[in-house]
Amino acid sequence: MLHVRVRAALTTSSLAAVTALALAGCSLVGGDDGGTTASEPSTSSSADGKGSGTVVLATHESFHLPKKLVKAFEAETGYDLEVRAAGDAGTLATKLSLTADNPIADAAFGVDNTFASRPLGEGAFAEVATTATPPAEYVLPEGGDRLVPIDSANVCVNVDTAWFEKEGVEPPQTLEDLTDDRYRDLFVTPGASTSSPGMAFFLATVAEFGDAWPDYWTDLLDNGAEVVDGWEDAYYGDFTAGSDNGTRPIVVSYDSSPAFTVSGGRTTTAALLDTCFRQVEYAGVLEGADNPAGAEALVDWMLTDEVQSALPESMYVFPVMPEATVPEAWAEFAPQPADPYEVDPDEIAANREQWLTEWTDVISR
Amino acid sequence: MRRIAALVALAAAPVLVLGVLFVLPVAGMVAEGFVEDGHLAPGAVLDVLARPRVHRVAWFTVWTSGVATALAVALGLPAAYALHKLALPGRAAVRAALIVPFVLPTVVVGVAFRQLLGEGGPLGFLGLDGTPAAIVCGLVFFNVAVVVRTVGVAWESLDPRPGQAAAALGASPWQVLRTVTLPALRPAVVGAASIVFLFCATAFGIVLTLGGVRHATIETEIYLLTTTVFDLQAAAALSVLQIVVVVALLALSARLRATPDPTAQRTVAPPRAVRRSDAPVVVATLLLLAAMLLPVATLVLGSLDVGDGWGLDNYRALATAGEDQALLVPVTAALVTSLRTAVDAMWMALLVGVTVSLIVTRRSHSVAERRVRSTLDGFFMLPLGVSAVTLGFGFLITLDEPPLDLRDSPLLVPMAQALVALPLVVRSLAPVLGGIDDRQRQAAASLGASPWRTLLTVDLPVVWKPVLAAAGFAFAVSLGEFGATSFLARDTDPTLPVVIFRLIGHPGEHNYGMALAASVVLAAVTAVVVLGVERLRVPGVGAF
Repeated sequence: MLHVRVRAALTTSSLAAVTALALAGCSLVGGDDGGTTASEPSTSSSADGKGSGTVVLATHESFHLPKKLVKAFEAETGYDLEVRAAGDAGTLATKLSLTADNPIADAAFGVDNTFASRPLGEGAFAEVATTATPPAEYVLPEGGDRLVPIDSANVCVNVDTAWFEKEGVEPPQTLEDLTDDRYRDLFVTPGASTSSPGMAFFLATVAEFGDAWPDYWTDLLDNGAEVVDGWEDAYYGDFTAGSDNGTRPIVVSYDSSPAFTVSGGRTTTAALLDTCFRQVEYAGVLEGADNPAGAEALVDWMLTDEVQSALPESMYVFPVMPEATVPEAWAEFAPQPADPYEVDPDEIAANREQWLTEWTDVISR
Repeated sequence: MRRIAALVALAAAPVLVLGVLFVLPVAGMVAEGFVEDGHLAPGAVLDVLARPRVHRVAWFTVWTSGVATALAVALGLPAAYALHKLALPGRAAVRAALIVPFVLPTVVVGVAFRQLLGEGGPLGFLGLDGTPAAIVCGLVFFNVAVVVRTVGVAWESLDPRPGQAAAALGASPWQVLRTVTLPALRPAVVGAASIVFLFCATAFGIVLTLGGVRHATIETEIYLLTTTVFDLQAAAALSVLQIVVVVALLALSARLRATPDPTAQRTVAPPRAVRRSDAPVVVATLLLLAAMLLPVATLVLGSLDVGDGWGLDNYRALATAGEDQALLVPVTAALVTSLRTAVDAMWMALLVGVTVSLIVTRRSHSVAERRVRSTLDGFFMLPLGVSAVTLGFGFLITLDEPPLDLRDSPLLVPMAQALVALPLVVRSLAPVLGGIDDRQRQAAASLGASPWRTLLTVDLPVVWKPVLAAAGFAFAVSLGEFGATSFLARDTDPTLPVVIFRLIGHPGEHNYGMALAASVVLAAVTAVVVLGVERLRVPGVGAF
């Protein structure tokens, strides 16, 4: 009995020692990255015309740019870039709107055309002048002097072409087709209330059918459409090309998605280019920023060729600047729609609540 | 009177912490809805509460959470007994395995559940996908560990002698359970049930994923109203409704928890050998384990699936930044951040939790004192029952000025996680501390022991194991916490759940496989850490 106890005591004490060591080295307190100096509003310019200090960017969780580019920006401009990425696009818009009088950052990126009017209305953004001029088609009709378009992505209905070939069925082409009996129980979409691509698809139906959209959605649901929470549920849970257990070959996704299903030199999915809604993401300088000069430099930088060309592989979106280069797979497999659906941001802002209430009623019927 | 003053002084620090980190932000966010153009305008908020939709949403929240809680208790009690009282081989490992679902990111579990329950899945024939039943299953899956752990540790420290005496006097095992054991366990069972209910009532991702958007709870509605619709009045109305429901529930559970004679419990009894009559309990535990591991197995299989066969490619990729550099930091670095954050959250939750538990369980000498103690007890449970969305946005608008300029602090994430873990710590420790016969402390004091010494010789030996269990729990909560973390985490050092969410949010089979592999790693690390923490012992404590 005694030796058992001794052994147990030995193992526990050594375990305790190891754990204590682990704990000592394992805390955010006193760690190198524990403290930051972000709150110091140092915006002085040094003698060589370069800026200094930190510029803070508020953005959503999908934001990402290669480290190399960020380092180059810091070296070139003299600013330190600190990125605070959290939450989805709606969360970002709400954060910026709520903190309009005491901004959480110097610049913001990731407010899109479905949410733009809210932070603009709360006065969260200051006027900004950029060196490069993005094409007029992306610029907001109102607030274009505050929000600068950076990228665009089209939300389109995607089809599993391999599935349709195997079944010998012609894939659908238009929104109207999705209510056709041939495509019964084949379509899945993320919800408009819970998902940003879901909202975009809903807006496409509003643009196409106007006030008659509830009838269209009723037909869509009668035809066995499934509404799920998020894009990942639809794509990886139900879509035949995204999941082994998927049963639905038609899904709401992006125009770039077919570039990610390439095998053996061809893609097994396609985006239906007549069903697309264009999302445009903007950047801007926040009103009352500690470092407005740094923020403006940051917005300028996001329009440079390097950043624009890095957007597709970093954030799965298309650049707005025509000179930017797009990866080969994208050029080959992910054509962009020529004439996507659009809904005026102000109209979205004015109707969003009523639309969503009605939409929820239609889908819970 | 002096006792109350001393009590208030002792409670001041934890109350202040909760006041700043919880009451202030929530009040600030709710005020956004009540104040219009600088004037107090409660009318619009009250109008919202009259909407039929609000009633539907509130009722759906209450009944799904209630059913899920009842199921979690019914399934958790046999497992708590088998895993904490019986000398089952490998019981420590099974206990650690049962906590795994608790930390898995809801977005990943959601996809795993839907692969099981969905149209093409192996359980698709049940037709559960998108139904309230699926939501209830998900809630039970996530929360049954709470019952097993909080009730299990209380059961362990239960004095077996009254039960043995009853048995010697001729009571059947069922009679012993009903008349001796369960009454003594009531504080722990009610405590666990109220925590589970609060977790269910504020569940977010799992409701949306498994309910297929059709079913709304108060929590999902607050999120929708705040971030998508920006109707702050309606959001405030629902937050107030939520707080009212939670406070009512806590008052009820405090009443049910109170035992007339808490002096029965004292020692940690060694686990006893398994007998033939234990078969039903053991079988029930194994069935529960199997049901819990089914979705986890789906994840493991998915993570090993490399397209045209099986392999470890997804795991090897964890040290990289992913396909097309999808990540800013490799998963391995995120794991380190997660562990460091969890250490901080754990010590914060323990520090405050142990203090609170000691305060609320000391014997009261007057009615007023007892009221103060039980109000404090409920107060520290509140953070579990209030919307993370309201709290998160509240942080941004109230903690933005010196001296409380916390919104950029790297400690904000562990602090938020500690708030979530705190009630679990209190509910694990309070029943055990409350079960210590106060006469022992008095005896120690009359023999000349200082209060400190009394704590060490009377309280610590009994409470040591529950403290470790609570520490493991707090650690696990922090590792798996996503809601508050995703809201507050910074891009330069994201935690593992945030990275997993990022991976799964992008197209590319490779990223999906990596997300599953990272989830499996998260689950494994959690299980190992929980297992390790529970094995820690102080010399001379615990009769093993």
